[in-house]
Amino acid sequence: MNLRDFINETGPVKSVDLKVDRAEVKLLNDIDMNCSPYVRTVMVELTSRKVPMIRVDLTDVPHMDSSGLATLVEALQRVKRYNGNLVIFGLQQRVRSVFEIAKLTELFTIEGGAATDHG
Amino acid sequence: MTIESDPSNIGVVRTAVEAFGAKHGFTRDQAEKVGLAVNEALANVIEHGYQGDVHQPIEISMDVLEADGCGRPALRLVIRDFGRHVDPACIKSRNLSDVRPGGLGVHIIRSVMDDVRYRCVPEGGMELVMLKYMANVQESIP
Repeated sequence: MNLRDFINETGPVKSVDLKVDRAEVKLLNDIDMNCSPYVRTVMVELTSRKVPMIRVDLTDVPHMDSSGLATLVEALQRVKRYNGNLVIFGLQQRVRSVFEIAKLTELFTIEGGAATDHG
Repeated sequence: MTIESDPSNIGVVRTAVEAFGAKHGFTRDQAEKVGLAVNEALANVIEHGYQGDVHQPIEISMDVLEADGCGRPALRLVIRDFGRHVDPACIKSRNLSDVRPGGLGVHIIRSVMDDVRYRCVPEGGMELVMLKYMANVQESIP
Protein backbone atom coordinates (compact mmCIF):
# COMPACT_ATOMS: atom_id res chain seq x y z
CA MET A 1 0.00 0.00 0.00
CA ASN A 2 1.20 3.49 -0.76
CA LEU A 3 0.70 5.72 2.27
CA ARG A 4 0.65 8.77 0.05
CA ASP A 5 -2.70 7.67 -1.34
CA PHE A 6 -4.21 8.36 2.06
CA ILE A 7 -2.56 11.69 2.80
CA ASN A 8 -4.53 14.81 2.03
CA GLU A 9 -3.92 18.46 2.88
CA THR A 10 -7.59 18.77 3.84
CA GLY A 11 -7.50 15.78 6.19
CA PRO A 12 -8.17 13.61 7.95
CA VAL A 13 -4.55 12.42 7.52
CA LYS A 14 -2.67 15.59 6.68
CA SER A 15 0.81 14.11 6.76
CA VAL A 16 2.86 11.08 7.67
CA ASP A 17 6.52 11.65 8.41
CA LEU A 18 7.94 8.15 8.17
CA LYS A 19 11.50 7.43 9.23
CA VAL A 20 13.29 4.12 9.76
CA ASP A 21 12.41 3.85 13.42
CA ARG A 22 9.49 6.23 13.88
CA ALA A 23 6.55 7.90 12.27
CA GLU A 24 4.60 11.02 13.03
CA VAL A 25 1.02 11.16 11.83
CA LYS A 26 -0.67 14.54 11.70
CA LEU A 27 -4.45 14.45 11.72
CA LEU A 28 -6.68 17.30 10.65
CA ASN A 29 -10.32 18.26 11.27
CA ASP A 30 -13.05 16.15 12.87
CA ILE A 31 -12.31 12.49 13.34
CA ASP A 32 -15.68 10.80 13.26
CA MET A 33 -17.36 7.86 11.58
CA ASN A 34 -17.02 9.60 8.23
CA CYS A 35 -13.23 9.75 8.20
CA SER A 36 -12.00 7.31 10.83
CA PRO A 37 -11.66 4.58 8.19
CA TYR A 38 -8.94 6.64 6.46
CA VAL A 39 -7.07 7.08 9.71
CA ARG A 40 -7.46 3.39 10.47
CA THR A 41 -6.00 2.43 7.08
CA VAL A 42 -2.90 4.50 7.76
CA MET A 43 -2.50 3.19 11.30
CA VAL A 44 -2.92 -0.41 10.17
CA GLU A 45 -0.28 0.14 7.51
CA LEU A 46 2.21 1.67 9.95
CA THR A 47 1.66 -1.06 12.53
CA SER A 48 1.91 -3.73 9.84
CA ARG A 49 5.38 -2.32 9.12
CA LYS A 50 6.06 -2.57 12.87
CA VAL A 51 7.21 1.03 13.13
CA PRO A 52 8.73 1.16 16.65
CA MET A 53 7.47 4.61 17.60
CA ILE A 54 4.31 6.16 16.24
CA ARG A 55 3.37 9.66 17.31
CA VAL A 56 -0.08 10.99 16.51
CA ASP A 57 -0.48 14.76 16.39
CA LEU A 58 -4.03 15.84 17.29
CA THR A 59 -3.30 19.57 17.49
CA ASP A 60 -5.64 20.35 14.60
CA VAL A 61 -8.40 17.92 15.56
CA PRO A 62 -11.29 19.88 17.10
CA HIS A 63 -13.60 16.90 17.57
CA MET A 64 -13.28 13.15 17.91
CA ASP A 65 -16.00 10.58 18.46
CA SER A 66 -15.95 6.94 19.54
CA SER A 67 -14.96 5.75 16.08
CA GLY A 68 -11.80 7.85 16.38
CA LEU A 69 -11.15 6.45 19.84
CA ALA A 70 -11.68 2.93 18.54
CA THR A 71 -9.19 3.55 15.75
CA LEU A 72 -6.54 4.67 18.21
CA VAL A 73 -7.28 1.84 20.66
CA GLU A 74 -6.88 -0.68 17.86
CA ALA A 75 -3.61 0.95 16.79
CA LEU A 76 -2.35 0.88 20.37
CA GLN A 77 -3.15 -2.80 20.68
CA ARG A 78 -1.35 -3.56 17.41
CA VAL A 79 1.70 -1.55 18.50
CA LYS A 80 1.86 -3.34 21.84
CA ARG A 81 1.93 -6.69 20.07
CA TYR A 82 5.41 -5.91 18.74
CA ASN A 83 6.49 -3.92 21.81
CA GLY A 84 6.34 -0.61 20.01
CA ASN A 85 5.14 2.72 21.34
CA LEU A 86 2.20 4.90 20.41
CA VAL A 87 2.12 8.45 21.70
CA ILE A 88 -0.64 10.96 21.14
CA PHE A 89 -0.17 14.67 21.67
CA GLY A 90 -1.73 18.07 21.06
CA LEU A 91 -5.16 17.15 22.37
CA GLN A 92 -7.58 20.05 22.47
CA GLN A 93 -9.65 20.17 25.65
CA ARG A 94 -12.71 18.94 23.84
CA VAL A 95 -10.90 15.90 22.50
CA ARG A 96 -9.26 15.23 25.83
CA SER A 97 -12.67 15.20 27.51
CA VAL A 98 -13.80 12.43 25.14
CA PHE A 99 -10.80 10.35 26.21
CA GLU A 100 -11.71 11.08 29.83
CA ILE A 101 -15.35 10.07 29.37
CA ALA A 102 -14.20 6.79 27.83
CA LYS A 103 -11.64 6.38 30.64
CA LEU A 104 -8.80 6.04 28.15
CA THR A 105 -6.39 8.65 29.47
CA GLU A 106 -4.52 6.06 31.54
CA LEU A 107 -4.30 3.63 28.65
CA PHE A 108 -2.53 5.98 26.26
CA THR A 109 0.71 7.85 26.55
CA ILE A 110 -0.53 11.41 26.15
CA GLU A 111 2.06 14.15 25.90
CA GLY A 112 1.43 17.68 27.05
CA GLY A 113 -1.55 19.41 28.57
CA ALA A 114 -4.67 20.33 26.73
CA ALA A 115 -4.03 22.59 23.79
CA THR A 116 -6.22 25.63 23.33
CA ASP A 117 -9.31 24.85 21.34
CA HIS A 118 -9.08 26.41 17.94
CA GLY A 119 -12.77 26.47 17.22
CA MET B 1 -34.69 18.00 10.08
CA THR B 2 -34.40 14.80 8.10
CA ILE B 3 -31.09 13.52 6.81
CA GLU B 4 -29.88 10.51 4.89
CA SER B 5 -27.95 7.94 6.89
CA ASP B 6 -24.68 9.00 5.31
CA PRO B 7 -21.80 9.43 7.80
CA SER B 8 -20.83 12.65 6.04
CA ASN B 9 -24.01 14.19 7.49
CA ILE B 10 -23.03 13.56 11.10
CA GLY B 11 -20.78 16.61 11.38
CA VAL B 12 -23.39 18.91 9.88
CA VAL B 13 -26.03 17.82 12.39
CA ARG B 14 -23.60 17.99 15.29
CA THR B 15 -22.66 21.55 14.40
CA ALA B 16 -26.32 22.55 14.09
CA VAL B 17 -27.17 21.01 17.47
CA GLU B 18 -24.27 22.77 19.17
CA ALA B 19 -25.30 26.10 17.66
CA PHE B 20 -28.88 25.53 18.81
CA GLY B 21 -27.74 24.77 22.34
CA ALA B 22 -25.47 27.80 22.50
CA LYS B 23 -28.24 30.03 21.15
CA HIS B 24 -30.51 28.89 23.96
CA GLY B 25 -28.08 29.63 26.75
CA PHE B 26 -26.16 26.39 27.18
CA THR B 27 -22.48 26.73 27.90
CA ARG B 28 -20.03 25.86 25.18
CA ASP B 29 -18.98 22.76 27.08
CA GLN B 30 -22.57 21.61 27.49
CA ALA B 31 -23.43 22.31 23.87
CA GLU B 32 -20.37 20.33 22.75
CA LYS B 33 -21.34 17.39 24.92
CA VAL B 34 -24.83 17.38 23.47
CA GLY B 35 -23.27 17.51 20.02
CA LEU B 36 -21.09 14.54 20.92
CA ALA B 37 -24.13 12.57 22.08
CA VAL B 38 -25.95 13.32 18.84
CA ASN B 39 -22.85 12.30 16.88
CA GLU B 40 -22.76 8.95 18.69
CA ALA B 41 -26.49 8.38 18.37
CA LEU B 42 -26.44 8.99 14.62
CA ALA B 43 -23.42 6.72 14.20
CA ASN B 44 -25.27 3.96 16.06
CA VAL B 45 -28.33 4.34 13.85
CA ILE B 46 -26.20 4.16 10.71
CA GLU B 47 -24.15 1.20 11.91
CA HIS B 48 -26.74 -0.86 13.76
CA GLY B 49 -30.16 0.37 12.66
CA TYR B 50 -29.37 0.63 8.98
CA GLN B 51 -26.29 -1.59 8.91
CA GLY B 52 -24.31 0.87 6.86
CA ASP B 53 -26.95 1.72 4.27
CA VAL B 54 -26.28 5.40 3.56
CA HIS B 55 -29.60 6.24 1.92
CA GLN B 56 -32.07 5.72 4.73
CA PRO B 57 -33.92 8.51 6.55
CA ILE B 58 -33.11 9.77 10.03
CA GLU B 59 -35.33 12.40 11.61
CA ILE B 60 -33.84 14.76 14.19
CA SER B 61 -35.77 17.27 16.22
CA MET B 62 -34.67 19.50 19.05
CA ASP B 63 -36.39 21.91 21.37
CA VAL B 64 -35.99 23.51 24.75
CA LEU B 65 -38.24 22.39 27.60
CA GLU B 66 -39.36 24.88 30.19
CA ALA B 67 -37.63 24.87 33.55
CA ASP B 68 -38.17 21.83 35.74
CA GLY B 69 -38.81 21.90 39.50
CA CYS B 70 -35.19 22.90 40.03
CA GLY B 71 -35.52 25.85 37.68
CA ARG B 72 -33.45 24.29 34.93
CA PRO B 73 -34.56 24.30 31.33
CA ALA B 74 -33.56 21.29 29.27
CA LEU B 75 -32.49 20.69 25.72
CA ARG B 76 -34.46 17.79 24.25
CA LEU B 77 -33.30 15.84 21.22
CA VAL B 78 -35.32 13.20 19.46
CA ILE B 79 -33.72 10.90 16.91
CA ARG B 80 -36.01 8.66 14.92
CA ASP B 81 -34.99 5.96 12.48
CA PHE B 82 -36.87 3.43 10.43
CA GLY B 83 -34.39 0.59 10.69
CA ARG B 84 -34.56 -2.62 12.62
CA HIS B 85 -35.90 -2.91 16.13
CA VAL B 86 -33.40 -3.27 18.93
CA ASP B 87 -34.57 -4.25 22.41
CA PRO B 88 -33.97 -1.09 24.49
CA ALA B 89 -32.91 -3.29 27.41
CA CYS B 90 -29.99 -4.48 25.29
CA ILE B 91 -28.72 -0.97 24.57
CA LYS B 92 -26.26 -0.57 27.41
CA SER B 93 -22.81 0.73 28.13
CA ARG B 94 -20.14 -1.91 28.03
CA ASN B 95 -17.58 -2.65 30.70
CA LEU B 96 -14.80 -0.13 30.09
CA SER B 97 -12.22 -2.32 31.78
CA ASP B 98 -12.54 -4.57 28.77
CA VAL B 99 -10.21 -2.54 26.57
CA ARG B 100 -11.08 -3.05 22.94
CA PRO B 101 -11.98 -0.91 19.95
CA GLY B 102 -15.65 -0.07 19.55
CA GLY B 103 -18.76 -0.17 21.69
CA LEU B 104 -18.12 3.16 23.40
CA GLY B 105 -20.94 5.12 21.81
CA VAL B 106 -23.70 4.20 24.26
CA HIS B 107 -21.39 4.80 27.20
CA ILE B 108 -20.59 8.28 25.88
CA ILE B 109 -24.26 9.10 25.30
CA ARG B 110 -25.25 8.02 28.80
CA SER B 111 -22.29 9.85 30.32
CA VAL B 112 -22.93 13.24 28.78
CA MET B 113 -26.75 13.35 28.75
CA ASP B 114 -29.00 13.54 31.81
CA ASP B 115 -31.79 11.35 30.54
CA VAL B 116 -31.65 8.79 27.71
CA ARG B 117 -34.60 6.71 26.57
CA TYR B 118 -34.85 4.33 23.65
CA ARG B 119 -38.08 2.81 22.43
CA CYS B 120 -39.20 0.61 19.58
CA VAL B 121 -41.76 2.41 17.45
CA PRO B 122 -44.62 0.03 16.63
CA GLU B 123 -44.71 1.23 13.01
CA GLY B 124 -41.03 0.37 12.66
CA GLY B 125 -37.66 1.67 13.71
CA MET B 126 -36.43 3.21 16.92
CA GLU B 127 -36.80 6.49 18.72
CA LEU B 128 -34.22 7.96 21.05
CA VAL B 129 -35.13 10.84 23.35
CA MET B 130 -32.29 12.57 25.18
CA LEU B 131 -32.39 15.41 27.69
CA LYS B 132 -29.64 17.72 28.83
CA TYR B 133 -30.44 20.07 31.69
CA MET B 134 -28.87 23.49 31.67
CA ALA B 135 -26.16 23.78 34.29
CA ASN B 136 -26.66 26.55 36.81
CA VAL B 137 -24.24 29.44 36.90
CA GLN B 138 -22.05 27.83 39.56
CA GLU B 139 -21.65 24.67 37.50
CA SER B 140 -20.89 26.68 34.40
CA ILE B 141 -17.78 28.27 35.85
CA PRO B 142 -14.81 26.13 34.81
